[in-house]
Amino acid sequence: MKYLLLMYANESAGPQTEEERQAAGPTWHALLQETKKAGVLIDSNGVLPTADATTVRIRDGQSLITDGPFAETHEQLGGYFVLDCQDLDEAIQWAEKIPTAQYGSIEIRPLWSAGA
Amino acid sequence: MTTASQIETTFREEHGRILAALISQFGDFTLAEDALQDALINALERWQIDGVPRNPAAWLMTAAKRRAIDRLRRVEKVDHNPTILDNLATQDETDMDDSIPDERLKLMFTCCHPALALEAQVALTLHTLGGLSTPEVARAFLVPVPTMAQRLARARKKIRNAGIPYRVPPADLLPERLNALLAVIYLIFNEGYVATTTDPASDDTLTRPELCYEAIRLCRVLVKLMPHNAESLGLLALMLLHDSRRETRLNANGELVLLDEQDRSRWDQTKIQEGIAILDQALALYSPGPYQVQAAISALHAEAPTSDDTDWKQIAALYGSLAAITPTMVVEVNRAVAMAMAWEPQIGLQMLLRLENEADNFYPYHVACADLLRRTNQREAAADAYERAIELCGNNAERAYLQRRLNEMLNP
Repeated sequence: MKYLLLMYANESAGPQTEEERQAAGPTWHALLQETKKAGVLIDSNGVLPTADATTVRIRDGQSLITDGPFAETHEQLGGYFVLDCQDLDEAIQWAEKIPTAQYGSIEIRPLWSAGA
Repeated sequence: MTTASQIETTFREEHGRILAALISQFGDFTLAEDALQDALINALERWQIDGVPRNPAAWLMTAAKRRAIDRLRRVEKVDHNPTILDNLATQDETDMDDSIPDERLKLMFTCCHPALALEAQVALTLHTLGGLSTPEVARAFLVPVPTMAQRLARARKKIRNAGIPYRVPPADLLPERLNALLAVIYLIFNEGYVATTTDPASDDTLTRPELCYEAIRLCRVLVKLMPHNAESLGLLALMLLHDSRRETRLNANGELVLLDEQDRSRWDQTKIQEGIAILDQALALYSPGPYQVQAAISALHAEAPTSDDTDWKQIAALYGSLAAITPTMVVEVNRAVAMAMAWEPQIGLQMLLRLENEADNFYPYHVACADLLRRTNQREAAADAYERAIELCGNNAERAYLQRRLNEMLNP
């Protein structure tokens, strides 16, 4: 079953400086390698912070384009994994390994499929 | 027993085991439940005419399997599931022997999966394993039937859509999942033992015995299917020991009767003996845990012929052990009470005072304070505490008791 794992964290939590990011690097790299080796990785990437986000809505035929995320939230989207897992327990086990889980939240959404 | 009640008893007893086996076979919660429902309706018609069959479980299982296959055939999904139907078609119908495999452990763990909301875990466990109907579960938790029906439907949907696996968790997940399962069983028991959601306008009684009975029954199944687990045994012992006193917790006016005032001659000795025996089994496994400690405390109460014979020092020591494992507020409060009884009320009051800041909304805290203040004749302070407790109280029987004590404080 395919799952989208969304990584949320407050942008002031987690690594802030370039050094902190470098220090966290190996853990992320190792996790990516592990998912590849296990044959579960479909895709993964980080996303740039909410300062670089743009939101688009169409209302009454009008296109409304705004700076920033769709809503002000306490935790913001930081990245994602798309994994092909045996079941939810496996997806949970991978989510627990994601560094963001230590200071943020990982939301697991099953991908829509014809049977759902 | 009339046939109708025989049939109902059979349904209740066999429901969990048959459903668990059906889910195993068809890999689909909803299909299994619908098929079993069809089979039950069918059974009700036929058994009232033909009588209850020699092997009711096998009859129901066969009927449910047929219904499930019918349902699968009717739906287009058949094209996507050729293997299920093929396997079933080649299976000899006569090998439906007496022993339906007992897959209830899988069902128990699935119902109590952490991805389901706690109230959904409880409802699903009672409905699928306990065999309680939707209206019965709704009544047990005082919610409208449509609300409960929706809760159950959503839970089944989540199991399917999110890919919650139907299995006993592997060894690395088992300890935490088992704790969750035990917690659900104990929650069901407590809901029955001390109702916390009564409507003040109704004259609901303190306990809902059916829930206590179901919780004990579920724990027995767990112990049977997963033997040599100390905490499961501990929980079973704890519930039996509590349950032995259930009849004496209310007086004729529906008012709460505390431990020291209960008529011990009416405590169920069979349950006490069994509870103590099971606790001994648990302790012999040398795998201590909170349920075992709580059971040991309950056993000490059960073994005291009169309230004055209670070994409060031992109980206080056990609460000390419990506080080391699970330092929750309720444990600290109970520990303070035990120390007050073992030595003197002032000691208990001092311990409770330490909790004052965090405990303002905590009902048991105010009840304990009130009681100890009453025993030390601090009437005004006791009255305040009783008032606060009444504000926080969740059921009629306890409220009535507290009100009586409050009146005693105000009108000496």
